[in-house]
Amino acid sequence: MKYFLQRLAFYLFTAWAAITLNFFIPRMIPGDPVQALITKYQGQLSSQAIDSLYVLFGLDKDAGLWSEYVSYWKQLFSGDLGLSFTFFPTPVSEIISNSLPWTLLLVGITTIISFFLGTGLGILAGWRRGSWTDGLLPVTTFLSSVPYFWLGIIAIYLLTGPDSFFPSSGGFDNGLVPAFDQYFIPSAIQHSLLPALTILISSVSGWILSMRNMMVTVSSEDYITVAHAKGLTDRRVAMSYAARNALLPNVSGFALSLGFIVGGTLLVEIVFSYPGVGFQLFQALGASDYPLMQGIFLIITISVLVANLLADIAYLLLDPRTRKEG
Amino acid sequence: MTIPTSSIEQVIPGQGSMAQPQRAKRRSFRFVANKKAATGLIILGVYLVLAVIGPWITPYDPGARGNDLVQPPSADHWMGTTHLGQDVFSQLLAGTRSVIFVGFFAGIVATVLSVVIGVTAGYVGGKTDEALSALSNVFLVIPALPLIIIITSTLENAEDSLIALVIGLTSWSWNARVLRAQTLSLRRRDFVEAARASGERTWRVIGFELLPNLTAVIASGFVGTVIFAVLSEITLAFIGVTSATTWNWGTILFWAQGQQALAQSAWWWFVPAGLAIAILGTALSLINFGIDEFVSPRLRSAGKTKIKTASGRTVRMRIGFTPVLDNRAQHSHATPTPVVRQEVVQ
Repeated sequence: MKYFLQRLAFYLFTAWAAITLNFFIPRMIPGDPVQALITKYQGQLSSQAIDSLYVLFGLDKDAGLWSEYVSYWKQLFSGDLGLSFTFFPTPVSEIISNSLPWTLLLVGITTIISFFLGTGLGILAGWRRGSWTDGLLPVTTFLSSVPYFWLGIIAIYLLTGPDSFFPSSGGFDNGLVPAFDQYFIPSAIQHSLLPALTILISSVSGWILSMRNMMVTVSSEDYITVAHAKGLTDRRVAMSYAARNALLPNVSGFALSLGFIVGGTLLVEIVFSYPGVGFQLFQALGASDYPLMQGIFLIITISVLVANLLADIAYLLLDPRTRKEG
Repeated sequence: MTIPTSSIEQVIPGQGSMAQPQRAKRRSFRFVANKKAATGLIILGVYLVLAVIGPWITPYDPGARGNDLVQPPSADHWMGTTHLGQDVFSQLLAGTRSVIFVGFFAGIVATVLSVVIGVTAGYVGGKTDEALSALSNVFLVIPALPLIIIITSTLENAEDSLIALVIGLTSWSWNARVLRAQTLSLRRRDFVEAARASGERTWRVIGFELLPNLTAVIASGFVGTVIFAVLSEITLAFIGVTSATTWNWGTILFWAQGQQALAQSAWWWFVPAGLAIAILGTALSLINFGIDEFVSPRLRSAGKTKIKTASGRTVRMRIGFTPVLDNRAQHSHATPTPVVRQEVVQ
């Protein structure tokens, strides 16, 4: 329990750091970014939007930095992330809550599948060294060096077309309205297959490699020799003795590398025009929509923190040593 | 590498040369003798040469428009042309410099930071350690790529060096963590204690006792950061955050994506740039595998594993395991005698 509370305190601290960072980044821009934006939009921004811009960039001179910071927090707690320019006057929080489920489902499911698949293959590759599994390594090295988005482009080029089963972009058929019915869900699944496959192929290799290396390290431990000498079946030694111990660093690695994975998967969404937060971020970038970008960054960070907390709980269940302390 | 060996031979002349006559030569080439590392280093060398001479040997000006629009590869244009008739091969060559520059610059920044923070945290310990560990954990957990995107998009038209700096400043945390763990395990070793006891200053203990023993970890962290930095820079260019005036492989992909290269089936427009990234990434990963295997020989791929025993049976030796021969088949007919049982009881 003590361990859990420590982790919780750490994540709260990290969330605070990310939010504070998010507060200061727009204030680092030299010059008057608001004026630049007003010229860019050529009178399309309402005076209300301009006011909120000045607040966002901290350029409303009558407020001190500290009071701005306090009011920023107040806004956050009421769920107010400001107004988007591109979809003015839609609040940022509404845009994000529309696109977040897409990303959570796509990235969440594929990351979990990729972790289990990669760990399983890694157990095999580490346990059966010198067999065909050694051939996996060069292939996975190459695949993990390929940028996610480029793999997506190639997948679109090779696998989609007028007659293909795979659609090349979007999250569902144009004629459909998002709803949980028998028309929409199959269409959404069909559209998510190719992005999911892209993420899976490029992220699985990291898990294979780290699990293989851990298995190799664990397999020379004394308790493995003892287990073999006791005459236990090879399968039992591999799964209950070696893999169980090799899994621990991989689980903590899972938590730590989530940040990297999420960064990569956002790009897959961009390539496939998938209606998740990555694609929204891309659109926000093109339009210099700072409130939307900031909101998306915050949501991504907080999601990653929550995922980390879940991975910590899994670690707690897997490793009895962490439980003893409490 | 030759100096320590020769000094040993001076102290114990006969023994040193008799025991290992070719020791100096073998040691200095041991890392390169690793097949993976050698392959990686050769490929990286080619990229480095192209980074220097690339912009000078381009057959065309990478930005110059031509009359052949979206043409497939031909003798004139080895990798075809873009929507403006620009030569893709020239763009690829010219872009190498920016990619390698950002990769290595960011790698150096991140490595220096991670060494300073990781080694200090591990060696000094106490409150400093707690504060520095918390700092690196925060940077580790915050998704780096979105953070880099947010920062660079607020810096309008950032130059390569600025981008490299941003990438370097946000991607040091993983290495710092690894280095801290390594330093912790080195800190209590005898030679470090001895150095401290003989009154060496802290910076000297760190610089001359610890760092040489951390070389492999630092090198592998550096290579890993270079991979990450290259991918990040290309990503930034691909989504159009950085200025499109300097060429890099991401810029090529940006234009290919923006000008519907896919819809026109212009594979030559986006395949070469992606392959260039993938091959560079593979080369760097191979170097890292080489370092890993150099440090921990267990990880090397197994060689010949099937051995014939004297009794004619084929046994598969499994590297990394202490051999436990299973003799159940041979002894199944033999029942334990009472004598053995008595021995067990005693």
